[in-house]
Amino acid sequence: MGGGYDAGSLNSSEQERFERTVLPHLNAAYNLARWLCRNGPQAEDVVQEACLRAVKFFARFRGDNAKAWLLTIVRNTFYSAWQGRGPAAAVGVDEELPEVKDDAPGPEDLLLQKATREMIAEALEDLPVEFREAVVLRELEGLSYREMAEVMQVPMGTVMSRLARARGRLRERLQEQVRRGAA
Amino acid sequence: MTCGRIPELLLHAHVDGELDPARSLETEAHLAECPDCAARVENQRALRSALEGASLRYDAPASLETRIRRELARAAGRPAPASASRWRWVAMAASLPLVAVLAWTLVARPHGPSTEDRLDQEIVSAHVRSLMADHLTDVPSSDQHTVKPWFAGKLDFSPEVRDLATDGYPLVGGRLDYLDQRAVAALVYERGKHAINVFIWPASSGATDPASGADRETTFRGYHVIRWRRAGTSYAVVSDLNLPELRELARHLQR
Repeated sequence: MGGGYDAGSLNSSEQERFERTVLPHLNAAYNLARWLCRNGPQAEDVVQEACLRAVKFFARFRGDNAKAWLLTIVRNTFYSAWQGRGPAAAVGVDEELPEVKDDAPGPEDLLLQKATREMIAEALEDLPVEFREAVVLRELEGLSYREMAEVMQVPMGTVMSRLARARGRLRERLQEQVRRGAA
Repeated sequence: MTCGRIPELLLHAHVDGELDPARSLETEAHLAECPDCAARVENQRALRSALEGASLRYDAPASLETRIRRELARAAGRPAPASASRWRWVAMAASLPLVAVLAWTLVARPHGPSTEDRLDQEIVSAHVRSLMADHLTDVPSSDQHTVKPWFAGKLDFSPEVRDLATDGYPLVGGRLDYLDQRAVAALVYERGKHAINVFIWPASSGATDPASGADRETTFRGYHVIRWRRAGTSYAVVSDLNLPELRELARHLQR
């Protein structure tokens, strides 16, 4: 009993199945953790912990989407272990929903082309975590809305409005930075 | 200013390739004649290519994969390098309460005062989404004896499935959906050209049943929702169909 390390309960064929279905998504897991933590060493710890949790839950995993499943565990690990709060506490940002800030089209979007990688990374890091994860899951990991709803544990409509709002903020931020850089 | 014809969120869904082909064509046609919406879509594409061009994706360090594989190998009792550190045992023991917390956050979400309104909105979102994503049914069949068994093994309850074709509401099929923090059965009926989603799931134990026969009716963004509970089961009917006909379907289902 002692030690609480029951990953050993996976027999060796399950172990291989785990390595075959889950480990290929390690880069995705790390990428999400890295953007959530905004720090490399902590992201590594989150991913390692998440993988060990994943082993424990693996026997119960029946789905066919191992990537979304692993990302859900990474996200939960981050929120519960490193934030000291549950993902449920994150709903605050949606209070003003469903209105999306109108991003008036204009020539200033040409400015976006002048944004450097540093500016973009900084703008993304500065987003509130609920918006940041939406952008990372969609733009960097290419998840569908349905997969995002699964990972973020919110309804599809919330996914859509968070994404729209996140993009609006990102654009605003970048335009600001580019203008400041140009001045 | 939005022109109002196409909601902002749908423009995003269009750029994200989340619309079904018919909706997508419709949106394209609108973009061709509405410079405002077209500019908005261009802006979204500009942002996306800026993000893509910035190579923001971090790859896991090779040492991390080695570390994880070593832990796994050790757990499976395979030979592992001796350097596997002892303190990991302590870390694992310490993480057990976290697993408990995780399990708790997955099952026990607090019910705020606006839970009911939120659920209505969720129901409408699920309905709209089912029409948008070309994913109305997982099991397209008008045969209740095909649809009902399809749910077996996919849900932890067995929904009642009835074809109401003789009442003017033919069954089109069934689908799995997600509502109120759980997987639910979605039955799809048709009336004229209107699709109707009927969501069925076990009522949460903490919730109080409204007086029997008292349906909850709401209208949200032009969609009507009728909800009721019966025998420990929650039902929600949603459509843009006119309210009297939707009520009639609800009555048939309640028979």
